[in-house]
Amino acid sequence: MSSEVVLDLHSGISSVHDSHHHSHDEHGHHHETFISKYVFSMDHKMIAKQFLITGMFWAVLGGLMSVLFRLQLGYPDSTFPWLEDILGKWAKGGHITPEAYYALVTTHGTVLVFFVLTAGLSGTFANFLIPLQVGARDMASPFLNMLSFWFFFTAGIVMLSSIFVETGPFSGGWTAYPPLSALGDASPGSKTGMDLWIVSMALFVVSSLLGGLNYIATVLNMRTKGMSMTRLPLTIWALFFTAVLGVLSFPVLFSGFILLIFDRNFGTSFYLSDIFVNGVGALPNEGGSAILYQHLFWFLGHPEVYIILLPAMGMVSEILSTNSRKPIFGYMAMIGSLFAIAILAFLVWAHHMFVTGLNPFLGSIFVLLTLLIAVPSAIKVFNWLTTLWRGNIRFTPAMMFAIGFVSLFISGGLTGIWLGNSALDIHLHDTYFVIAHFHIVMGVASMFGMFAGIYHWFPKMYGRFLNNTLGYVHFWITITGAYLIFWPMHYEGLAGMPRRYYDYSIWESFKQFGDLNRFISTVAMIVFAVQLLFLANFFYSIFKGRKLRSANPWGSNTLEWTTPIKPGHGNWPGEIPEVYRWAYDYGKDGHDFISQTTPVGADESVH
Amino acid sequence: MYLVIAVIILFFVVIFQIAKASEYVAVLKGEKTSKLQSNKINGFLMVVFLVLGLIGVWYCNELFFGKTLFRYGSASVQGEKVDSMLWVTIAVTGSVFVATQILLFWFAYKYQEKPNRKVFYFPHNTNLELLWTVVPAIVLTVLVVIGLRNWFSFTGEAPKNAQVIEVTGKQFGWIFRYPGADNELGKKYYKNIDNASNSLGLIWDDKMSQDDIVTEQTVYIVKDKPCKFIIGSRDVIHDVGLSQFRMKMDAVPGIPTTMWFTPKYTTKEMQERTGNPNFAYEISCDQMCGNGHYSMKGIIQVVTQAEFDEWMAKQKPYYYTAFPDKDPANEKVDSTKKVAINSSLTISSKENTKI
Repeated sequence: MSSEVVLDLHSGISSVHDSHHHSHDEHGHHHETFISKYVFSMDHKMIAKQFLITGMFWAVLGGLMSVLFRLQLGYPDSTFPWLEDILGKWAKGGHITPEAYYALVTTHGTVLVFFVLTAGLSGTFANFLIPLQVGARDMASPFLNMLSFWFFFTAGIVMLSSIFVETGPFSGGWTAYPPLSALGDASPGSKTGMDLWIVSMALFVVSSLLGGLNYIATVLNMRTKGMSMTRLPLTIWALFFTAVLGVLSFPVLFSGFILLIFDRNFGTSFYLSDIFVNGVGALPNEGGSAILYQHLFWFLGHPEVYIILLPAMGMVSEILSTNSRKPIFGYMAMIGSLFAIAILAFLVWAHHMFVTGLNPFLGSIFVLLTLLIAVPSAIKVFNWLTTLWRGNIRFTPAMMFAIGFVSLFISGGLTGIWLGNSALDIHLHDTYFVIAHFHIVMGVASMFGMFAGIYHWFPKMYGRFLNNTLGYVHFWITITGAYLIFWPMHYEGLAGMPRRYYDYSIWESFKQFGDLNRFISTVAMIVFAVQLLFLANFFYSIFKGRKLRSANPWGSNTLEWTTPIKPGHGNWPGEIPEVYRWAYDYGKDGHDFISQTTPVGADESVH
Repeated sequence: MYLVIAVIILFFVVIFQIAKASEYVAVLKGEKTSKLQSNKINGFLMVVFLVLGLIGVWYCNELFFGKTLFRYGSASVQGEKVDSMLWVTIAVTGSVFVATQILLFWFAYKYQEKPNRKVFYFPHNTNLELLWTVVPAIVLTVLVVIGLRNWFSFTGEAPKNAQVIEVTGKQFGWIFRYPGADNELGKKYYKNIDNASNSLGLIWDDKMSQDDIVTEQTVYIVKDKPCKFIIGSRDVIHDVGLSQFRMKMDAVPGIPTTMWFTPKYTTKEMQERTGNPNFAYEISCDQMCGNGHYSMKGIIQVVTQAEFDEWMAKQKPYYYTAFPDKDPANEKVDSTKKVAINSSLTISSKENTKI
């Protein structure tokens, strides 16, 4: 790699900054205290790290919960006395109770979907990358940005506290369908636990709205000179669409929650009708529709899937191109497909409701629109494959995870074609097939996008590298484990094995999978342990990792690599560089890479 | 336990130290050579992963396909269409899966970094992009057409001769109601529900309710005769999941839903076909409904018409459970309520022994 040489050739201005300016990072800024720098920070880079590390905390907790309930699924007949030591009455006699099992399943889902893959993923990378890659000194409103993190943090505190209430945390599944979620008498978890769950989610909605509005404003208004929309890296496009999706759909979820709060506390009947609860008797509520909540929920719930997935897609596009030393194939098609996915994301929510008694004609429209999403998804996959084709691929850990993402996205995306087709969905709905599908395509794939992003931008975040060998170990065990866990689940789903069951041993139709469940649980524990290895690598490398010696370690075109190795608040010590070209001039006219800050030559073709 | 944890931690420390050492070695050897070396190893592993992965997919199928019951086909006429649709979808997505995974890992291996490789500057190509927009669109259209034809036939009206049965979910079990001799289900209102004598809240003033027959946990239906379920719930949302019939429908309080299908094999025939004497058509609740969700099981007994008629003849209208003195069987005897309830209990226990 001749990164220094190329830098000298093509980006004289920025390389001057690199070598001379990192001694005075605090350029133009007054002295910062510990509180203003690390706690109530308004620097987007620090806020990004706050999101990341808080997200990691929740990922460990949420992951640990899955290990605990997998213990029950894999070993329903065994007792683990140490569980009682940790969980007390929730694991009497070393056996997780159904209450605890359902609470774990519910919290695992909520935490992973919202706190890890929404806040942890787009919170981290939208904050970190948007100003750096569009060439801005900070977000449009650093203050709102700070609030966004602290609302998220508070949401987390409330969620955490719900684990400790006497009646237990909410245990009706992360989708929180009423009447179950509305009636404390129908499920103990729907008492105080549910109140805290709603409060936590409401705070979370506020957090993502503050963040989202900020991201949109920054991308639209604060691009540096020359950074037209079609010169933006695909990461920014993806994060931009993510923010738009969030801003348009989270309020609908919020409205659904408000109606739920009314039904729970103020005697209204938005979702309740004709209910007789054992031990309580007939409720007075009549005329509500339990299905209304599902419409409101999935109007966010489906875009949410893309809120999780799009940032990963954007980062993967960037990383694949950089490490193939080749332009991303079909840049405009990539934007177009992101746009198509963002639009369609709003028009497919009822495919989660094919078996609710939905009007069949309405259902058929949703089948059509759902399967339509496969077209932009196919475009993306083939464009990624073509990006690799005839490249010169460097297997950095980030690149490995990006390739892994594509593999998982294909595997999990294709089963979406099964589930989106309503007639087939009738059989597969709410079985392990669904679990396998969304864990692969949304859960693991997005985690892979997140890992790719962390490995790729860690040097920019901390001025040091992560350990490569540990990165490779992390990658190979995780991708193998992920497939071993989730691939066989398709077969359980084909047998109709329902999800969210505490024990299958009384079921003649499903108990034949006992051995498989044990195998899956064992692999899940190993994969979880390996993630701890990654965390060790992360925190060790922050302080002791190999130091960066050049500002642009990957030979990348985008603007963040034109800042000093450890950029201060404001990012560029001098003027913000001007942009002259798109972000993907790799391998052009014999140059390994050409930074966006390099003016276009006289006889050079413009993309 | 603590030993296991200690071993795991030790194992981690060892990996961590090796990884750290390898980084020092890399620095000593020079970054370039060590990078090329790790690149070669990872490129090779990409192909290994591809090959082992594809073998794994095949092996997984060997292990588990037999356990899915797809070997025996669907137990309902409608479900056959689900199965055939499934095969078409597997063929399409399976071939795309194999092709794209091979390309992905093969490209990764083939185009791994070589010091003298010149990359191909290839930012876009309209024809290629059109190709992989149009072809998936056409294939998906075919799948949508097949799917919607089936969808409309499943969700369409049940045949006129269908046997109508009401299915009601509650935490955590199933209640079934047959329309009785008049073939009409009587009216009900949820505020009349009383667990002891009126579990569905039937309105007794309605003559049509008076001959309705109510059973719990087990429902009898007839082979080769369309069966229509009118599905509701007493408390939270449940779901009638019938995996062998490839059918599923939510039970929503306040909003009745329907589902119909034609069973192809009696329970006994299925026991012979699967070689499992314990085989039963189980109704699994497929919608999270509370802490007993996993145990909310019902049984469908598919029997011949003759067997069904024989069973039906033994059933008494639910009305007599609520009003034992109206029961003709009790009229002559100076009966108390207690006896009547006992007799209804023996009926239900007889049912259970039949299962």
